[in-house]
Amino acid sequence: MSDITPSQTVGPFFAYGLTPKGRAKWDPDGTYSWKETVSDNLITPDVTGDKIKIEGCITDGDGVPINDAMIEIWQADAQGRYANPRDNRALPNAKFKGFGRSATNKDGVFGFDTIKPGAAPGLKGQMQAPHIVFCIYSRGMLRQVYTRMYFPDEAANAADAILNLVPTDRRQTLIAKKESRGGQTVYRFDIRVQGDNETVFFDI
Amino acid sequence: MTLVFPKQSLEAFPKHLTPAYRSTVKRSPSKPLIVMPHTLSELTGPVYGHDAIQEHDNDLTRQGKAEPLGERVIVHGHVLDEDKRPVPEALVEIWQANACGRYVHLVDQHPAPLDPNFTGAGRTVTDKKGYYKFITVKPGAYPWGNHHNAWRPNHIHFSVFGHSFLSRLVTQMYFPGDYLFPFDPIFNSVAEEKARARMISTFDLENTVPEWALCFRFDIVLRGREATPLDKDEH
Ligand SMILES: [Fe+3]
Repeated sequence: MSDITPSQTVGPFFAYGLTPKGRAKWDPDGTYSWKETVSDNLITPDVTGDKIKIEGCITDGDGVPINDAMIEIWQADAQGRYANPRDNRALPNAKFKGFGRSATNKDGVFGFDTIKPGAAPGLKGQMQAPHIVFCIYSRGMLRQVYTRMYFPDEAANAADAILNLVPTDRRQTLIAKKESRGGQTVYRFDIRVQGDNETVFFDI
Repeated sequence: MTLVFPKQSLEAFPKHLTPAYRSTVKRSPSKPLIVMPHTLSELTGPVYGHDAIQEHDNDLTRQGKAEPLGERVIVHGHVLDEDKRPVPEALVEIWQANACGRYVHLVDQHPAPLDPNFTGAGRTVTDKKGYYKFITVKPGAYPWGNHHNAWRPNHIHFSVFGHSFLSRLVTQMYFPGDYLFPFDPIFNSVAEEKARARMISTFDLENTVPEWALCFRFDIVLRGREATPLDKDEH
């Protein structure tokens, strides 16, 4: 028996408090004066690795884009290290936090600028395939849902212990699609909360 | 200190699908979630120190040219883990409606006045004892379209970071004795009465400042406990 504080929905009105500038980036009318703590751009001047964009649309059970969702991501650096005391390996990019937050725009689209993470330690001394932890919040979600984004063309995916927990026919919902736009690598990661081709969510 | 995050701790959380709260019907996963063990990716999480905030970010009555209208209140408490140990250096962010029940958010169409001196956003970082404090005004109740004559009880939205991504919490703080509690599907999405009570602040007369502001206490307990539970009775 535990007595943690229960979760409640983020509601529709979080933007001016949690994502004031991210929202503005998508929606020029949405500029709020509150200074942002967490941005959708994770790139710091000291970071090393391949710069990438992540973009996706989040849709509900009717396929309708969710225009009031917030996506948070948590990832290792290009060397596979997390900027957290529990990962006590030395960080070469000390300023890289690996945490980002993006509010969806009117079309349900979110986006991040970051670097491609390296392989991080997993269970029983095995390495995990490069991946990013996603946490999704929105009106109509009384608690956040967790998923993971993996990268296409990664040989390590085949042996990834977490990916292997997922039924084969649903695994593709966790693997981003690689696109190129004006010389920049974009990983497309659409999230379907419910229904056909529903994204795999994890009970953690 | 090695923390573990037992899944049973989440039992008090609302179900993803709670039809009385209409928006959950199309926004809840319909397939079973995949149970997974915790790896370093879940056991770590972002760290935000005092450099993430500015002085007065926790005082929502000082963001405008003049003081906002409404009932000035102090909201304070401790962020704790499941063993009731303080969570120091935890980023706590809040957002809320003004005293009339209106959010600054562009999408909020409730025909109640905006207050030019109130944005309703605040943040702070807990000290070594896990303590945080905000100064704000009591938010008003507001209507929402969930069902006929639906009104939200007075509440402040909270976003809290703990020791790991597993202890990340978004919740709402309510005020004691609210007459709207029995009618609110969001508040009642938490099935257990004792668990609902943990979202309700308590009136704190001792820390009420005479001639200035009422005080409410709201302690937040996040997921995470000692690997070897100290208290065997709890199992
Ligand atoms: Fe609200």
